[in-house]
Amino acid sequence: MKTDVLVIGAGAAGMAAAIAAAKKNLKVVIAERDEITGGILNQCIHNGFGLHYFREELTGPEYAERFREQLNRYADAIEVLTDCHVLRLNRDKTALLVSLKGVFELETKAVIYAAGARERPFGSLMIPGDRPSGIFTAGVAQRLMNIDNRKVGRRALIVGSGDIGMIMARRLTLEGIEVVGVVERLPYPGGLLRNVIQCLRDFNIPLYLSSTVVEVKGSERLEEVIVASVDEQFRPIPGTEKSFKVDTLVLSVGLIPQVEMLNSLVALDKRTRGIACSNTGQSSNEWIFAAGNCTAIFDLVDYVTREGERAGEYASRYVNGDRFSLGIPIVPGENVMLTFPNFYSGVDDLTLYLRCRKPMERALLKVGGFEKSFEDLTPSEMIVVKIPERKLANLDMVEVRLEEV
Amino acid sequence: MRIAVIGAGVVGSLIARELCRYDVEVLLIEKNLDVGWGVTKANSAILHAGYDDPVGSVRARFCSTGNEMYTELSRELDFEIKRTGSYVLAFDDREVPVLHRLLIQGEKNGVPDLSIHDRETILSREPRINPEVKMGLWAPTAGITEPWMVAIAAVENALENGLKLFLNEEVIDFEKQGNRIVGIVTKRRVHRVDVVINAAGLFADEIARLAGAEYVPLHPRKGQYILLDKKLGNVVKSVVFPTPTEKSKGILVLPTIDGGLLLGPTAEDLPADRKNDLTTTSEGVQAVKNSVLKLVPEIDFSLVVKTFAGLRPESPQKDFFIGKSEIVPNFVNAMAMRSPGLTAAPAIAKYIAEEVLQQQMGLSLTTKKGFKPTRKGIRRYAELSLEEWQRAVNENPSAGRMVCFCNEVTEAEIVEAIRRGARTLDGVKFRTRAMFGRCQGGFCMSKILKILERELKTDASQIVLKSPNSWIVDGKVRE
Repeated sequence: MKTDVLVIGAGAAGMAAAIAAAKKNLKVVIAERDEITGGILNQCIHNGFGLHYFREELTGPEYAERFREQLNRYADAIEVLTDCHVLRLNRDKTALLVSLKGVFELETKAVIYAAGARERPFGSLMIPGDRPSGIFTAGVAQRLMNIDNRKVGRRALIVGSGDIGMIMARRLTLEGIEVVGVVERLPYPGGLLRNVIQCLRDFNIPLYLSSTVVEVKGSERLEEVIVASVDEQFRPIPGTEKSFKVDTLVLSVGLIPQVEMLNSLVALDKRTRGIACSNTGQSSNEWIFAAGNCTAIFDLVDYVTREGERAGEYASRYVNGDRFSLGIPIVPGENVMLTFPNFYSGVDDLTLYLRCRKPMERALLKVGGFEKSFEDLTPSEMIVVKIPERKLANLDMVEVRLEEV
Repeated sequence: MRIAVIGAGVVGSLIARELCRYDVEVLLIEKNLDVGWGVTKANSAILHAGYDDPVGSVRARFCSTGNEMYTELSRELDFEIKRTGSYVLAFDDREVPVLHRLLIQGEKNGVPDLSIHDRETILSREPRINPEVKMGLWAPTAGITEPWMVAIAAVENALENGLKLFLNEEVIDFEKQGNRIVGIVTKRRVHRVDVVINAAGLFADEIARLAGAEYVPLHPRKGQYILLDKKLGNVVKSVVFPTPTEKSKGILVLPTIDGGLLLGPTAEDLPADRKNDLTTTSEGVQAVKNSVLKLVPEIDFSLVVKTFAGLRPESPQKDFFIGKSEIVPNFVNAMAMRSPGLTAAPAIAKYIAEEVLQQQMGLSLTTKKGFKPTRKGIRRYAELSLEEWQRAVNENPSAGRMVCFCNEVTEAEIVEAIRRGARTLDGVKFRTRAMFGRCQGGFCMSKILKILERELKTDASQIVLKSPNSWIVDGKVRE
């Protein structure tokens, strides 16, 4: 098989990238390992998607459906392969795939990698205690509840106040599962403020800040979880232990960009742990573009869609003969935890995503010749700014700084 | 004649399989929901060379022989072993004589090809090892395997040769006539038997006491482990031990069969009433971290996949307790199978069948016609050639549907594992390696639950992780 562009993953980023490339009259193959397109959107039945991109509020499945319709509209250009797993990507621009039809090779001119992220599993947290059933990552609990129609337990504690954690606290409550609290290691909530209000406060679910799980108990099913307060270095403080008698523990403790398939092909960014990209979506390997949560963990699917489209457009230009350099590095400076993209190619304006390092009341963002002031910043909410090309002229590197005002 | 083996760990399973060579009825009785789920499920998975066991000990008698038997056994039963070799490393001058003592002990125990390597040789073979190393004892016959897979393979083969397997049946009593046992009472039924072999792992002392036979008291020795991502699979190529102490072989660094990296174990002696204590502790995990950094100074602990604990049966004698009872004439013990129990198991199985039962107890066992010594493992499609895989998908499309992405396990493999006896999530995991990888089932657990539900024609709420009350999901969200 031959194609112009191979898109790996048909979640928000992959679908947008495939459609963008098809609009440039290229032949696209999109490989999705699940049985349907849409990715994690399919299990996110809550609303709040699309406010930026569509200027209306949609559920995850509704948001996915809009792009699925587009995939169908461009069916002449886009071949959608579901239940199709990419086994390998080779240096000679071939990929080895497997599906219900068998194992086959695909020759492509460019790849857009949009494999998303995986959840940090319970095992990696090294929490002492037993290894009972009843411990789920938030995404697994969400899939079991929303796709497989299964209650995950009767009485639950949530660890991690990231968005999925808070959304699952509400979801479990709505389905009659008692949620006894949400535990957060940081001194502030890990997710969006709107979720703290809509998912926790509105349902009287307590949020335990600066706290962590120190032990899980239960030889068969989970029976008890011990939570303790932590000091500034996140070390549990002896004597602060609290016991929660629950049969279910739901973990929302972080997402890890899925990069393993590209291990030896592209460079990674050590802060995002994702694929290092320029503002064109191009990786360190010129024919491989990437977008979405495999590059950095985004707050909103709307951002992911935009980045997918951008990667689709530039990958198309690459296939048509345009060449871009990776460009100058973008580096986090004062009070900045991480930035995306990781390089600025000098082509086009720069849409810059960043997270501050600590909560800040007032701050001045400085990037090259660009300045903008912000209020009430928190690390859990991504800042997005569009910086005109002319403000970034004649730089060797782009330092991103947040000055406290 | 009916011979019953109590305990389907690696020792009991191999004994049961060995007995299936003869014209007798063989019963294997296990209290867990699957085979290989006691001591066998969580240990270092090493095929020891045999230099570590005192000359003249029962351990020494069976270790190097068992080690050698694994080559043919793994071929017959189609499970994986890797002869990685092992190093015992000395980091200061006081430790060097210990290596020489182990070398001499090993040679007396019949361990082949032992040698002492200098620093340069060690670092050329294992460049990630702490450069402060002085000397190392190299044992090329040491290796690694998946212990539970040995038990699974042995039982599958035995079942094909007539074994009767009883899972989820805890032995609670014996019926006796005089000193002889005539019946094994489990929570479900009474098994009429002529001979009983006690391979009940950590609980073998309690079984022997119930039977009125000799035993050595057993207590659990806990070992905590850290398993790391496949990305670190090449940190070491061989099994790397520190210089041993009186108590144990120490905390080690080794590759796993499927390409990961395993660190551990601690050696924590627990009282005899904590034989089910599989908890990890922050102290234990920290002890593992601290110790291994002396062997390999750079390990990226952000790549931890999981921490877990196993228990091994220890006795005051620190030696196996194997043989026929003098009190109960039809009762045989295979207990106190501490390290190197896994390595010794095939040799012990043969010894019990040939010497104990036939020579010492005078049972006349005739070889069964048509015994089939081989078993085929579940095909791992991702390891086949592309042509073979394509042919398999043509016959069965589910061989092309990837379910576990981390370890590349297809739906066909999961269905086959269920056909062969997996009834639980752990049953699937330990047979196929699905859910064993870096996402720990994040992507595939819910899919596997549905496959189990479909294949077993049951409801997901009835499916458990590993034991009768370890339910996964409750009722439906919407009817």
